Amino acid sequence: MSIAVFVETDNGEYKKSSFEAVSRASEFAKASGSTCIAITVGSKGGENLGKYGANEHIHLSGDGLEMFHPQTYATAVFNAVESKGINTVFISQTYSGKSLAPLLAVKMNGALVTGVVDLPESNSDFTVTKTCFSNKAFAKVKVTSDKSVLTLIPNSFSISESGSDVNTEEMAANAGSANTEVLDTQKVTGKVVLTEAELVVSGGRGLKGPENWNMIEELADTLGAATACSKPVSDMEWRPHSEHVGQTGITIKPNLYIAVGISGAIQHLAGVGSSKVICVINTDPEAPFFKAADYGIVGDAFEVVPKLIKRAKEIKGLA
Amino acid sequence: MNILVCMSVVPDTTTKITFTENDTKFNTDGVQYIINPYDELSLTRALELTEKHGGNVTVIHVGEASTDPVIRKALAIGAAEAVRVNAHPEDGMFVAKQIAEYAKQGNFDMILMGRESIDYNGGQMAGLVAEMMGLPLINVVTELDSDGSSVTATRDIDGGKQQVKSSLPCVLSAQKDLCEPRIPNMRGIMQARTKPLNVIEAVDQSSGTSFDSYKLPPAKSGVKLIDAENAEELIDLLHNEKKLF
Ligand SMILES: Cc1cc2nc3c(=O)[nH]c(=O)nc-3n(C[C@H](O)[C@H](O)[C@H](O)COP(=O)(O)OP(=O)(O)OC[C@H]3O[C@@H](n4cnc5c(N)ncnc54)[C@H](O)[C@@H]3O)c2cc1C
Ligand SMILES: Nc1ncnc2c1ncn2[C@@H]1O[C@H](COP(=O)(O)O)[C@@H](O)[C@H]1O
Repeated sequence: MSIAVFVETDNGEYKKSSFEAVSRASEFAKASGSTCIAITVGSKGGENLGKYGANEHIHLSGDGLEMFHPQTYATAVFNAVESKGINTVFISQTYSGKSLAPLLAVKMNGALVTGVVDLPESNSDFTVTKTCFSNKAFAKVKVTSDKSVLTLIPNSFSISESGSDVNTEEMAANAGSANTEVLDTQKVTGKVVLTEAELVVSGGRGLKGPENWNMIEELADTLGAATACSKPVSDMEWRPHSEHVGQTGITIKPNLYIAVGISGAIQHLAGVGSSKVICVINTDPEAPFFKAADYGIVGDAFEVVPKLIKRAKEIKGLA
Repeated sequence: MNILVCMSVVPDTTTKITFTENDTKFNTDGVQYIINPYDELSLTRALELTEKHGGNVTVIHVGEASTDPVIRKALAIGAAEAVRVNAHPEDGMFVAKQIAEYAKQGNFDMILMGRESIDYNGGQMAGLVAEMMGLPLINVVTELDSDGSSVTATRDIDGGKQQVKSSLPCVLSAQKDLCEPRIPNMRGIMQARTKPLNVIEAVDQSSGTSFDSYKLPPAKSGVKLIDAENAEELIDLLHNEKKLF
């Protein structure tokens, strides 16, 4: 019996959230008396995955695996699952991971749990914690099948680098051809991706108009943060919908969430309430967001944010 | 073009979430149920496509009889008929089996779902159903069009967007921006009363998970307020104490 992690590669680099998954899965494997196999598909990143605790590394390649495609990747990973007798596969819950996981779970005839934020020590009591009601609550879910696929929410597990190097086993995968055709891809470059960001600066209707987002972007850029917004802001097309966080937008769990001019409606909090540190800047001392915040400034964003930018630049040596 | 729209019924977004029976059950007391917001989008887009190409929209929901009024709402918005698989939906794999089983018997060109349901946030159903049926999957779709024999869609990917083409039939999941959701009008509400809502039994009871208990997130210990005059202090605290950057 063994445990595997699908490690995602983006632009020739492994994703940080995959290191979180390998670190945590390898502890889980060890406590379960099992080994942890890192599986990569297509292009490889630079690091040795043994560093994060993997006991083995399988690299799958073949036609149709140059670029992520849920169907070809699921077929390839399933090849490895079968040949290595893998019971449980951990996948970081990115958009790609979320497309891959259900296909793989069906192929394995196993259980699927998404949104995992906490794992038990070992598989002797295989009860995991997942988010539900868009972060308004958590459920303890028992995995009763002997085969399973779990997707882990990024930034839920810490990275440990105490392992030692492992060799990479090359495996040819026969994944067939993809059943959908990619016509074009547009990636945003030079910006922190919101779904994977550790730090997020977010703006709401209190900012009055899209022309005032310069200061939000400047603060975000200075801190190395991603930008986000409330629903009305994206509904009015001040910002792209991909920045909309909340119950009907993206749910995020960064280490830091700075909310500027956002009232803190229940649907907004649902998507961001799990952030480790929440800072709220709002003119209204009665804004509900203050109740969910760790730090608050009652004040006008147009006066407060420039001060934050100035100080952040000083600290970062950019002033 | 016949389209199957999968619909989940969820607590209204303003619901304050609480649990009963020693935190083992979701407290449904006073909870208003709505069509999952993403499913309103796929329903609306499905109606727009069938209006263009002909054909019908069927709605399927796996749930108990208490959800019938919400299913009627989908009929009022414009679906031609609805099917309810009479079972308590909990495990996603179980729900997917019911949908796949039904869909195999129909002659659907497209199966549309939501990107995720806002109660259990599985985000898994489209992939499960696609794989069970051996159909192509396009997840998290913000634009969708069809010429009647294939579809082109724009979908969200990590850090960007992608345009994808697929033959029919295929499975897609709706993301915000797909369309403006329709709301029922008086005529629709009247018509919905006589449209078929067929109840069928579940095919396979097996499930790979069990939901044992629930908990609420830990409450924040209280906000530390910083004077707006000295707003810079916030950055100092986040840097020096919290070591966040
Ligand atoms: C079905 C449904 C789903 C929803 N889903 C979501 C969701 O996913 N995400 C989401 O965000 N919302 C969602 N909403 C909307 C939500 O209910 C709120 O309406 C929304 O979050 C409010 O956005 P806001 O805080 O930006 O705007 P407002 O509520 O208008 O708040 C603006 C805030 O800015 C403050 N302000 C004004 N001027 C300044 C200034 N100069 N400096 C500092 N502060 C200032 C005000 O005091 C106020 O608190 C949903 C609603 C429904 C019905
Ligand atoms: N009980 C259900 N009955 C029918 N469709 C469902 C059900 N649960 C989820 N779905 C569909 O699957 C989508 C994603 O749900 P989930 O995977 O549960 O997050 C929803 O938006 C619905 O389209």
